[in-house]
Formats: sequence, structure tokens, C-alpha cells
Amino acid sequence: MTDSTQLDPIQQGIDNLVKANDVVLFMKGTPEFPQCGFSQRVATILSHTSVPYAAVNVLLDSAVREGIKTYADWPTIPQLYIKGEFIGGCDIISEMATNGELETLLAPLRPTQES
Amino acid sequence: MNHDSSDNTIPKPEQLAELVRRHIPDAQVEVGLFSGDDHFEMRVTSAAFEGKSRVAQHKMVYAALGDHMRQRVHALALTTSAPQ
Repeated sequence: MTDSTQLDPIQQGIDNLVKANDVVLFMKGTPEFPQCGFSQRVATILSHTSVPYAAVNVLLDSAVREGIKTYADWPTIPQLYIKGEFIGGCDIISEMATNGELETLLAPLRPTQES
Repeated sequence: MNHDSSDNTIPKPEQLAELVRRHIPDAQVEVGLFSGDDHFEMRVTSAAFEGKSRVAQHKMVYAALGDHMRQRVHALALTTSAPQ
């Protein structure tokens, strides 16, 4: 029943990850080998945007798996962060992919092709 | 891992709908199972969602579901909207 999340090193570590990467997906498994259908759906959506993203496999560390729920005050995984801001889970990202909002957020982050 | 005394039975879809209606009084709730007995899908419409971001809307539903969301609901596919 501890409630000292402010100074928790896990919270600090998650915060560092979220701020160090423009696009971060906390998921179960990896984009190549997702371990959950919801994580797979978001990873697939992101991969199709061709915007690079950092994927964090929460199954590797139970402290991160629980800590990320506290961090966003959001009870489920996957969780997508863009430019340090929590954007949503699978349902919200799927909706934003369909209605174009995700593209609006990601377009400025897409690397320019030099060929 | 969970050492609280609450029971660990999986809630029925209607129990979840009732929790949402209790916390969001005008909510129209449709709930069902999309797989197994702990993968729920839910559609909630409420005037309380007006002007709120989708993240905020979903958080309101998660708050209504309370511990169910953290412990016994394996998956919840959630759609929220304000009435048209």
C-alpha cells in the first residue's frame, strides 16, 4: 500500500523514456513478435506510418508493466506516447488511424526521404 | 500478487454496465463479450463526455469500473461518444 510514486525510480525511468523519444509504444511483446492482439494492432498501425518509434516490451519487467499504468493513470497496455504526451490505448489509436488524426500528429515526425 | 479481500470472480457484462450507469448517470451503455468470458466490448454514450478528450472520456469509464479494470477484466474494447 505504498503511495510514493513521485520518487519511484521506475516512474522516473518511464518518464525519461517518454521524453527521450518522439514516439514511444509500451506494448506486450515486440513489434516483430507481439504477445497480445491489442499491442499487435497498434504496432501494425505505427509500422505502416513509416515514422520510427521506440517500443518497450513491458513483459520483460513487471515493475514497468505495473508502473506504466500508474504513469498515465491508464489501466491497460498498449499505451502510445507522442512528443511526451499520452495519446491513448488500442481503441483510441485505431480510431485516430481511421479518421486521420494520427497522421496529423505523426506527419511532422516522419524522416524525409533522401534518394 | 493481489492480497486484497475482494472476490476474484469475473464480472458479468451487465454488472459492468451497471457500474458505468451508477457513476455516469445519463450513460447509454451497450456491453458484450467479444471473446471468452473476460474480453469485453463496451460502447458508452453520455452528455458528460461533451468537450472532453477521448483519453478523458475513457478514464471516466475506467474510473467507474474501478478495481474490475485493474484485476479481473482481461480486455475491454471501449468506444465513447457524446450524444449527437
